[in-house]
Amino acid sequence: MSADTLIVKDTLAQHSGSGGSDWILHHIMDGDYLDFEPLGKVYLPHFEIFGLDLSITKHVVFLWVVALVLIVILSSVAKSYRKSLIPKGLTNFLEIIIVFVKDEIVKPSIGNGYEKFLPYLLTVFFFVLFSNFIGLVPFTATVTSNIAVTATLAGFTFFATQIGGIINHGFFGYFKGLIPSGMPIPLLPLIIVVEILGLFTKPFALCIRLFANMTAGHVVILSLIGLIFIMKSIYVVPVSVGFALFIYLLEILVSVIQAYIFTMLSSLFIGMAVHQEH
Amino acid sequence: MDLAWLGAGIGAAISVIGAGLGIGKLAASALEAMGRQPEAAGPIRTAMIIAAALIEGIAFFALVICILLAVKT
Repeated sequence: MSADTLIVKDTLAQHSGSGGSDWILHHIMDGDYLDFEPLGKVYLPHFEIFGLDLSITKHVVFLWVVALVLIVILSSVAKSYRKSLIPKGLTNFLEIIIVFVKDEIVKPSIGNGYEKFLPYLLTVFFFVLFSNFIGLVPFTATVTSNIAVTATLAGFTFFATQIGGIINHGFFGYFKGLIPSGMPIPLLPLIIVVEILGLFTKPFALCIRLFANMTAGHVVILSLIGLIFIMKSIYVVPVSVGFALFIYLLEILVSVIQAYIFTMLSSLFIGMAVHQEH
Repeated sequence: MDLAWLGAGIGAAISVIGAGLGIGKLAASALEAMGRQPEAAGPIRTAMIIAAALIEGIAFFALVICILLAVKT
């Protein structure tokens, strides 16, 4: 019996009163401890500032881990270009990804003047990619399966979109450009409401998409493992572990696709705001 | 309370049917287009992924409503 199933059995016993499915959400949601279950738990400090609960939680810790990994890896890559312009090793590998993001995602969807938005979009791409990957390592938490994190990322995209549009077209020009030209006057109130709603639903969908994809994948893996304890039979083990492994491999693919889609849609929205003429 | 759970279940099922049909139709047409014009496979794939993401987004809107129903106390 592996360490993971021990955790499951332990927590299942604790929550057997509530149908035995509490432990799934327990693993996905934020908590005030780091879960190294067979070895024990590490409780994190709790403190409040001016009545605001600013305690350090599981997701905050892994947010810092992701940020640290990003800073260490990407700044070492950036530094290696100062020594020589010919990439080597890790720099070579990351250059492929960076050039892919630049040439395949950002350039076609934003068009002219894409350079201003490139640093933001690259940062978002690598942040989402690394946090999705780090969430797949045992004993860690997926930062992007917390809706506050994805909402913040979507908020950054929202502000980049609006500010980019306003800088390019001027304040009034930008909002006038949202309305399609040649619109009949009686339809105007409806269109204005729809367009203003559209401004907010785009980042909302961005936020929910990333959150739901990362949460759903982990819920599916844990549910498949949980089948063993629902069926209470050892013959289910190969089936459910096999399926869980398959979904786990699928999750690696989903991690990459979600990072790609988040960057792609962000740059599409920015492109639509910056070049309103089409 | 029980009816809210039932509503959440039915709502999730219907929205998943809709999203599945949408993505299936999208993938079918995209594959057909790639088969007809293999040299345009790159742009078609990009457009397909964007459209799939948008369909998925609509499905997630429905699923969020279902989750809100299911966790309703």
